[in-house]
Amino acid sequence: MGVTKLLKKERLEGFLESLLNDHIVFGPVKKGNLCLFDHIESVNDIFKGTGNTMNSAKGALFPQTERLFSYRHSDNAAAQINVPPTEGKSRVLFGVRPCDARGLLLLDKVFGGSLQDPYYCEKREKTVVIGMACEKPDPRCFCLALGGGPCSSEGSDLLLLDIGDQYLVRAETVKGRALLENKAFQRTNKEALVRANLVEKEAENSMNRAVLGQVRIGEGFEKHLETLFNDPIWDDITESCIGCGICTYLCPTCHCFDIQDEVGRSTGERIRIWDSCQFPLFTQQASGVNPRPSAKERFRQRIMHKLCYLPQNGNPLGCVGCGRCVTECPVNLDIREVIQKLSAYEA
Amino acid sequence: MENPYIPFLMRIEDVILETEDRKIKTFVLAFISDKDRNHFAYIPGQFAEVSVFGKGEAPFGMASTPTTPEYLEFSVSTIGVVTGSLHSLKKGDTVGVRGPLGNGYPLEKFKGKNLLLIGGGFGFSTLRSLTNYILHDRNRSAFKDLTIIYGARKPGLLLYKDDLAVWRGRHDLNLHLTVDQEAEGWQGHVGLLPTITKTVAPNHQNTFAVVCGPPIMMKFTLPVLKDLGFNDEDILFSLEMRMKCGIGKCGRCNVGSKYVCSDGPVFSQSELAKLTGEAHF
Repeated sequence: MGVTKLLKKERLEGFLESLLNDHIVFGPVKKGNLCLFDHIESVNDIFKGTGNTMNSAKGALFPQTERLFSYRHSDNAAAQINVPPTEGKSRVLFGVRPCDARGLLLLDKVFGGSLQDPYYCEKREKTVVIGMACEKPDPRCFCLALGGGPCSSEGSDLLLLDIGDQYLVRAETVKGRALLENKAFQRTNKEALVRANLVEKEAENSMNRAVLGQVRIGEGFEKHLETLFNDPIWDDITESCIGCGICTYLCPTCHCFDIQDEVGRSTGERIRIWDSCQFPLFTQQASGVNPRPSAKERFRQRIMHKLCYLPQNGNPLGCVGCGRCVTECPVNLDIREVIQKLSAYEA
Repeated sequence: MENPYIPFLMRIEDVILETEDRKIKTFVLAFISDKDRNHFAYIPGQFAEVSVFGKGEAPFGMASTPTTPEYLEFSVSTIGVVTGSLHSLKKGDTVGVRGPLGNGYPLEKFKGKNLLLIGGGFGFSTLRSLTNYILHDRNRSAFKDLTIIYGARKPGLLLYKDDLAVWRGRHDLNLHLTVDQEAEGWQGHVGLLPTITKTVAPNHQNTFAVVCGPPIMMKFTLPVLKDLGFNDEDILFSLEMRMKCGIGKCGRCNVGSKYVCSDGPVFSQSELAKLTGEAHF
């Protein structure tokens, strides 16, 4: 059962201060012209305006570069392996927008499951997600069309909703309810609940209807995509793609990575780094064979993986409607238009 | 939580030069710790990631069989950074290994059946593992007729010469070797694997066909097997894709909704026929 409380806006800083004492805190930070989701040292760093961060929250649990282990090596390749100790402190991801919070649920499926990825899972177990609802969704956004919502608490342990001079705070999980024990939170009242309801409705209603109408992923869409796999429509869709991969780096659900050794004279580190299905080397085999030789196969893979293969394997869709790839694509290759074209297309 | 990214150490016990072009070597690796040996329970058709410290790691199918549990063998063609540096290692050097990975050949299904193994070039390594597994005294009676069709471009590029000599001397398998072109002193078949398969394959009844080799060879062998009457469920392929993690996380080896590393590398043609994806024949 969810628990709901109120937090006066002037008390937010004190609450965050208390979290900073014994947690590693990530949240939205202004850096130059950019607003990034990044590590936070002090409460003053936190940006509390509207809109979403340029990068998603995924890097707080799945860093762009992460050391798997280090080793000593010498000429005869004898090696001594050192695994980095797991971080003792718990993490707080503050100000995560509902789209990014849902993205984390997909990462949980990928890195969890029957064979757990210890680097992700050990951080994740000790992480609290404090979501921030989007009272004023960006016009690029389309979370509502994909089963999410600007004020959805899915994926958040706590969700803060701005209702004027205070936040209505919903706790949906055990971790979230534990945080509500903090004295900063007060009992809710009927007036606040009515106000919250209104804010939520307004947020949903303010979303760009034309955009939501484009993104129709109906029953049988996976099958439909499979039948289009060899269709020439992909030539048309991917013609403008330059394969830069920015969509995959900014995407809250993209999780592909490379494993590389960084080597010094007698020491080395095995690291993993974000990789992108948009790059030719991603699938280039040593024999010379590349099963995805051009931008067409690579962009098709991105769409198929997100909207067909993931759901086929019992996972949520690999798109949460955050709109980052739409805004940042240098050639305006718009996933909303791609979805619209594909759904309307008859082979 | 067990960490699937951490290799354990193995010592190179022997390095066997396999081919006349000096490009393929088989590395015989000995476990250093008993714990690692006991932990590494595998079946033919599975693979492992082998690390050269200071260079990186790459996936290789086990060429050895679990019936000789004290060693692992990997046949390595020198082609990139990791394989190139592996080739420069010597007896006594140390490498890292993590695995076993992947599904392997469905041994339980094979029991009581005839087997037709078709291997091309370097792709023969896991079929060598399967063959030696089947031929082991403890296992031979569980399987019926065994036919092997193994081809390389030239006689000097055939691997496992010692094994081939032993197999030739046995009466409980049919061994067909083929090379692409006539060569001096060559007494086996001459011709490409699909063609030779057409002429020497056994009856499809109660038989599994297991194919491993370059994509082009698998592509042209499939219609031959279908013409011979093999059902899609009874044709198995061992696929290759570029891999990194080997455990279905890093996202690069999709064939449709399946990952070659964790759902494969062995798939039946009936499974593959249902998948979209690039690695199709």
